[in-house]
Amino acid sequence: MNFSESFQTALFNLLANKLRSFLTMLGVIIGVASVVAMVSLGQGMRAQIVDQISSLGSNILTVIPGRVRQGAGPMGMFMARGGGNVLKYEYFQELRATPFPGIRAVTTEATTSLPVTFARESVFVNVVGTTPELLEIRNFMLLGGRSFSGYDYSYSRKVAILGHTVAQDLFGDPLLAVGASIRVGRTIFTVVGVLEPKTMGGQDLGNQVFIPLTTFRQYLTGDRYLRNIIVQVDDKENIPLVSQWLSDFFRRKIGDPEQFSILNQQDLLETVESVTGTVTLFLAVIAGISLLVGGIGIMNIMLVSVAERTREIGLRKAIGAKPRDILLQFLLESSFLSLVGGVVGLVLGILAGRTMASFSQFPFVLSPQVMVLALSVSLAVGLFFGIYPARRASRLDPITALRYE
Amino acid sequence: MQPIIRVENLVKVYRTGKVEVRALQGVTFEVHPGEFIAIMGPSGSGKTTLMNILGCLDTPTGGRYVLDGVEVSSLRENQLAEIRNRKIGFVFQNFHLLPRLTAFQNVELPLLYASVPKSIRVRRVRDLLERVGLGERMHHRPNELSGGQMQRVAIARALVNDPAIILADEPTGNLDTLSGEEIMSIFQELNEEGRTIILVTHERDIAQHARRVIHFRDGRILKNEDVTDRIDARQLLEELKRQRNLLEEAG
Repeated sequence: MNFSESFQTALFNLLANKLRSFLTMLGVIIGVASVVAMVSLGQGMRAQIVDQISSLGSNILTVIPGRVRQGAGPMGMFMARGGGNVLKYEYFQELRATPFPGIRAVTTEATTSLPVTFARESVFVNVVGTTPELLEIRNFMLLGGRSFSGYDYSYSRKVAILGHTVAQDLFGDPLLAVGASIRVGRTIFTVVGVLEPKTMGGQDLGNQVFIPLTTFRQYLTGDRYLRNIIVQVDDKENIPLVSQWLSDFFRRKIGDPEQFSILNQQDLLETVESVTGTVTLFLAVIAGISLLVGGIGIMNIMLVSVAERTREIGLRKAIGAKPRDILLQFLLESSFLSLVGGVVGLVLGILAGRTMASFSQFPFVLSPQVMVLALSVSLAVGLFFGIYPARRASRLDPITALRYE
Repeated sequence: MQPIIRVENLVKVYRTGKVEVRALQGVTFEVHPGEFIAIMGPSGSGKTTLMNILGCLDTPTGGRYVLDGVEVSSLRENQLAEIRNRKIGFVFQNFHLLPRLTAFQNVELPLLYASVPKSIRVRRVRDLLERVGLGERMHHRPNELSGGQMQRVAIARALVNDPAIILADEPTGNLDTLSGEEIMSIFQELNEEGRTIILVTHERDIAQHARRVIHFRDGRILKNEDVTDRIDARQLLEELKRQRNLLEEAG
């Protein structure tokens, strides 16, 4: 019997038991759908976080106070605080004045929380004192107006750049903010620019107001400590070198290496990749278990089918079917069940993944590898769980099978 | 003339646990082309075992079986399947048609396993179904056919690969007298056309349709004799039909 005839026979048998075929397929459908949905979700999560880390600027080393514990997780590394007041303004100035090969820019963020007022509207925001380079390093885009100039910085001018959310809250239309006078705390500032919206990890970065660090220190707080010092390296290859140099620099200044940490964006990315990879794998394994259950369902129904069709198998053998004809027929049935289940499951998985993604902050990422994997795994499930029933059928003794009631 | 079947000292022993059943204890006979042989015997006489071995569904424990020039007793499973497909046509007591297939598809089945191309299959199946008088019911399923019609489909299936012999195991066992007689008349016609037929039965009336009867008892041949008072199925059929018509007219 040739392949296409075997295939027609298999299809015919499956269609003769539509409900049963469908129920058997359901196990594989659910298994494949959950694998596809879960892996896509995991990859979406990963893509999102990686994208956000990258959007904070590339080739960046961040010096923060306190020790970041190993294995704190990617977001833990971000949030790492503590250590208190360690990074002095003088270190930043000295670092800025010291040329070192590989360093493209040095900036910092000093922060405080203050009410910002325009007309009668007042919002409580994060005020960041920084240098003109920050916007570029952090990849903040201007929606309107301009960035700081060197003069603004040198002369401690009272100019501010508003985050998108702040501008919207105070002015309604963010672009109306440019040129307006606002009060930050008790000091009057002129708004010179407004930023485009930006979020990170679901956190709104638009709820900030940026002013020159010199102004910050002169008018808002006399605090000599900084939240961080940010160093941009010109080339990825120079990161280890610069990192080592920075480490030496701050150890000399601070003394205790436990008092500060240097965060490497590359490390962060790798950590995120490995963590999300683990999460994705975990989700895939759980989903894979349902696929396994689906496979067992196929095996079960194929065994029932072999038992039911014992006389048919006996007859087919009596009129000339070889063991391999019978084997092929049953294997085709089981693989067809699981492959069709795989295709339907893939479609359902994509739909489910999209739906879940739309309810979460993560994008939906469907990689072709996942599709190929889902289909080949479902086919493999059909073959694997079909082989035992099919072998059993092919080995039936025709005399016994023909007499079977 | 070369015999189509030669069986020499055939022995079959079954072991079930410690009990040993000697189903065939040295059976020797020959069947020549064009013969119509009935194998008769009570149940347990070994006639079914012989039938299974002749049909290449089972292998003997000892002795030789040569079918159409091929030494069958030494063949392996795949080769046996091929012999069953090409050289033997089975007709069973309970028809063994596949319930979900039409008459046409049932008859076509052995051709599929012989990898015969579709155009030839269609022609041959149609011819044979017309030959057994089922040209009109080709696309009916078994449950839409009477017992006699199902057995005629089975005969068409047995003939479809043009086998060397036809093995019929109690072919009339599940049929009423009239349908049974119709089946026997088909067998007699086929035999007149030169087909070699071996029929297993325990009914003397049925065995008398053959030309020769081999009597079996306890795994041995008891008697091997030509049929003298042979029944002509066509004559008997006409007789039966006339009787039935008379009964209907009377009642």
